[in-house]
Amino acid sequence: MVTLVLPRLVDVSAASRRSASVTERNVAALKSVYWLLLVSGFVEPLLYLLSIGVGVGALIGDLTLPGGEVVTYATFVAPAMLASSAMTGALAETTFNFFGKLKYMKLYDGVIATPVQPFEIALGELAWAMLRGSAYSAAFLVVMVAMDLTTPARALAAFPAAVLVGFAFGALGMAISTFMRSWQDFDLMSSAQFVLFLFSGTFVPAEAYPTVLRWLVEATPLYRAVHLIRGLTVGTTDWGWLLDVLYLLVVMAAGLLIASRRMSRLLYK
Amino acid sequence: MAQPLIQARGLVKRFGDFTAVDGIDVEVCAGEAFGFLGPNGAGKSSTMRMVGCISPPSAGQLRILGMDPVRDGPAIRARLGVCPQLDNLDPELTVRENLTTYARYFGIPRRVARARAAELLDFVQLSERADSKVEPLSGGMKRRLTIARSLVNEPDIVLLDEPTTGLDPQARHLVWERLFRLKRQGVTLVLTTHYMDEAEQLCDRLVVMDGGRIVAEGSPRALIERHSTREVVELRFAADSQEAFAGKLTGLGERVEVLPDRILVYVPDGDAAVAEVAALGLHPTNVLVRRSSLEDVFLHLTGRTLVD
Repeated sequence: MVTLVLPRLVDVSAASRRSASVTERNVAALKSVYWLLLVSGFVEPLLYLLSIGVGVGALIGDLTLPGGEVVTYATFVAPAMLASSAMTGALAETTFNFFGKLKYMKLYDGVIATPVQPFEIALGELAWAMLRGSAYSAAFLVVMVAMDLTTPARALAAFPAAVLVGFAFGALGMAISTFMRSWQDFDLMSSAQFVLFLFSGTFVPAEAYPTVLRWLVEATPLYRAVHLIRGLTVGTTDWGWLLDVLYLLVVMAAGLLIASRRMSRLLYK
Repeated sequence: MAQPLIQARGLVKRFGDFTAVDGIDVEVCAGEAFGFLGPNGAGKSSTMRMVGCISPPSAGQLRILGMDPVRDGPAIRARLGVCPQLDNLDPELTVRENLTTYARYFGIPRRVARARAAELLDFVQLSERADSKVEPLSGGMKRRLTIARSLVNEPDIVLLDEPTTGLDPQARHLVWERLFRLKRQGVTLVLTTHYMDEAEQLCDRLVVMDGGRIVAEGSPRALIERHSTREVVELRFAADSQEAFAGKLTGLGERVEVLPDRILVYVPDGDAAVAEVAALGLHPTNVLVRRSSLEDVFLHLTGRTLVD
């Protein structure tokens, strides 16, 4: 039994060690100019929160959620901004940056000549994207607590959820990037991302949409992400979050699988 | 004889309808410097990629270090050093970081990686540029860095795909000298090249590839003896066409080849042949007697037609 299991364990540890080396490379490449980029990823959702959540929210007043809770508009919008910033942060790294490394920098052509395999590259890049995304999420949650939009305990619960959201979108973005032919294709992706941002129950409860449209919205990944995080930061108590978590885990696994398969095909020519 | 480090039988690589490597048999033994020689498109790089375990063979057998490249890819690659045809250094890292980061891909501890990077930078004479970015380096420096990178895991076999293409003579000689040192240390070298002098300098044994097949095999000396004569006389006549003179030279030496600007006569004794030319009453404007080189073999075997 031991002999059967042991090689696999060794393999897993070698694989995670190799993934970590890919993450490590990004830490080494992190230079001063990049910090500006990193900061912008945090500021953007904050501006949305202030302008729409607080600004427009002043005109709207309080909102009654489907569960019966009455909340300020900013409280309603803030978790959606957190979810979408987790999405954007992860996507920025696993689409633009990842595609650049794959197609133009030819970075992975050098990496595959070592023991590191495509799946491990995908996992390592995703982990890196998540380091970045998690930093945004943590900072945003601190702001939410400071603005009294959630409690510290709820913020702590929402953090791992935001990390999961990042993992799911990061993996998805990586899978999509392997199909991209040129930078132009990313315009399509940006448009899709923006549509998701506007209509995923972010600014308006999905219940306000006509039935068919509502089903459609509820099937999108960002809706599941917003639903999950809002449930946690506002404190609604139903079991719908289980479905959200399951959905995001499936997206993450599928994304990683597709990304590493496609990378194998692109790199092992 | 010891078990060969690389063993290929009927190795084939196809890309769609195009067959890049068309059934080659190759064996490389430990400590050897082995060369793949051939014009562009001969299938050298495709072969190297298969040996480097980053390109699955379409057919045939391939064993590297006694293992199967498809199943045992990571284990084999852990013991290979690869210097690809096009430098794929990491442009976002410094010269030193390129080595330390690459070492981490092999699971080499950080402390060891730093020490080895310093040693290798010294070996390829790049210590002074250790903290520079890669982009401003010259072609020769990038190549040397890529070679250093391929040595970071102390490999059993180093694969070098056209290691000196595009380098100036100084840089080429420095690279050769370093590769020669590696060879003396017992590292097995496998390289591709279309430079004959490079093959003659570095290779114990080589194969000439053309159109995906092996057309000749042996040591540089043996290949010259088998496919060329000991010496070559190059004659240049002051006329638009050399053809007119070529007819008068028939029977001289083993072979006469007419080029647009000169005539090559393949002979065992060059000076004797020059005397014969004079005796025939011919007065070339330029006479050169030289030893036959691998280039003569190469052009004889793969033709003078330009391949793109």
